[in-house]
Amino acid sequence: MTQQTELVTLSAAQMAEAINAGEVSSRELVEAQLAAIDAAEPSIQAFLQVSRDQALQQADDFDARRQSGDVDGLPELAGVPIAVKDMIVTKGIATTAASKILEGWIPPYDATVVRKLKHAGMPILGKTNLDEFAQGSSTEHSAYQTTHNPWDTSRVPGGSGGGSASAVAAFEAPLALGTDTGGSIRQPGALTGTVGVKPTYGGVSRFGAIAMASSLDQIGPVSRTVLDAALLHEVIGGYDERDSTSIPKPLGKLADAAREGQRQDLHGMRVGLVKEIGGEGFQPGVEARFREAVSALEAMGAEVVEVSCPHFSYSLGAYYIIMPSEVSSNLARYDGMRYGLRVMPPEGKAQTAANMMAATREQGFGDEVKRRIILGTYALSAGYYDAWYGSAQKVRTLIIRDFAQAFEQVDVLVSPTSPSTAFKFGEKMDDPLTMYLNDVATIPANLAGVPAMSIPAGLSDDGLPVGFQFFAPQMKDEVMYKPAAALEAALLEQQHGPIWQSMNTPWLDGLNK
Amino acid sequence: MPTFTREEIEHLGDLARIALTDDEITRLQGELNVIAESIAKVQEVAGEDVPPTANPVPLEAYLRPDVAERPLTQEEALAAAPATESGMFVAPRILGEE
Repeated sequence: MTQQTELVTLSAAQMAEAINAGEVSSRELVEAQLAAIDAAEPSIQAFLQVSRDQALQQADDFDARRQSGDVDGLPELAGVPIAVKDMIVTKGIATTAASKILEGWIPPYDATVVRKLKHAGMPILGKTNLDEFAQGSSTEHSAYQTTHNPWDTSRVPGGSGGGSASAVAAFEAPLALGTDTGGSIRQPGALTGTVGVKPTYGGVSRFGAIAMASSLDQIGPVSRTVLDAALLHEVIGGYDERDSTSIPKPLGKLADAAREGQRQDLHGMRVGLVKEIGGEGFQPGVEARFREAVSALEAMGAEVVEVSCPHFSYSLGAYYIIMPSEVSSNLARYDGMRYGLRVMPPEGKAQTAANMMAATREQGFGDEVKRRIILGTYALSAGYYDAWYGSAQKVRTLIIRDFAQAFEQVDVLVSPTSPSTAFKFGEKMDDPLTMYLNDVATIPANLAGVPAMSIPAGLSDDGLPVGFQFFAPQMKDEVMYKPAAALEAALLEQQHGPIWQSMNTPWLDGLNK
Repeated sequence: MPTFTREEIEHLGDLARIALTDDEITRLQGELNVIAESIAKVQEVAGEDVPPTANPVPLEAYLRPDVAERPLTQEEALAAAPATESGMFVAPRILGEE
């Protein structure tokens, strides 16, 4: 058997190739990942739950199926293990959304994406940490634990999907699923040097994704390479009759686009720099790597022009009205009646249903969730609805128009993913507004429903990863995979290897001993 | 420009069914005023001629064949309930004593 350290540092596509060549079994891959998880978790804490027995069983089932030659219709990634953000329900595996209000809840059904992973023979390693109900940009708002950035364990991995991003960056899993409402896949991708994709709204079923802000939420891939993200996107994407916002059309050829991009020829592609994302508030090291990456796109033949999206400066404001409004509505279901936490009112208070709900929600929700529910309750209340929610919905139209005009001039738009590299624990916890600014570059894509992805663009002067973001038009996700894979390949040559070569991974030294 | 008073935060807590503590109300009052100030600027560009967007990818409503599926069993539906009796959810009483 191949050394476990070598196995876990393979890309998902390489793992799939090794399975197909008969060099490794799914069980061996799962065992290697479980060993990496055991070694890494004391310092990383990316997982809320490791589903060891189920993962091994799923691997054995796949290996038996492969042995018998019954592999028709299985995708390329069949047999490759994956981690799942704990915002996505898994039948028989506790799902908490990192909230005390759902502590110990075992869902009676699978999300559509989880069902697809199971059909694909992809073993599920466990559930990853997040900010409570995916609300935050550092994963510090988890009610259970703090996830550490493998590049520097005194720093946050970003959020809300810090667990998925750290698990993939630290080689605990080759792939993970995330959810992205305002940047929760892409910003952690940027901060951990991994790839994160938010598909077109409606491109991946949300059935079984715990609802945060339903008009913005989207499930998407987390990986270490662009091709791996494309392959996973093809596994989870496509129409689902259980989600009324699911697009009834087939996906584009995403992996083909990524493979074409690897040839590093971008002649005929028009790339737009979004004038309004950057400058004030963006670290010089982030902007420097961004400019170098743009030069690399030009060197491969892309035509680069500056494009103006004048209403993007209003997107953060619109987002912090629409998102909390939908949060206040969606999280009304946690009422202590049918599942989750129930706390009866203190003695002396009437023991009524209403008081039970208030006591349950007071104890079960954390600070950030309460903040957003209260703000959203306000924005939707009589007398304020038009001025707040109505205005924000109009801004949404203006942002969609900005994208439409931009995409008349160019094929893809680009920007830095996050204004800064990974920050220290506690640095932004006392100042919600500063925390919210982390998502200033990622939010426009959610408001407009367009696909966007972050890929690593090298290290800043502080030695931490920088993210480079691509946006494509709605339902044209394949259009961004080509330049993303091209840039990844060009940077790989420039830097003589993947970004993670510069990362210290003491936890991997312990494998095979 | 909205300015949140203590009474308003308490009222919002009631509407949202969260029994906020005094400390939380004080903290939320400060935070929400800062947040509200920064997001109120959306009103600058929300002119009357701009239509609102609810779903960024508008789809037509459609019908699909009515095919029977097995739903959750009663046991599965009740499995995570805080309190059950005779196959039903048990809720605290709805009305107060007065």
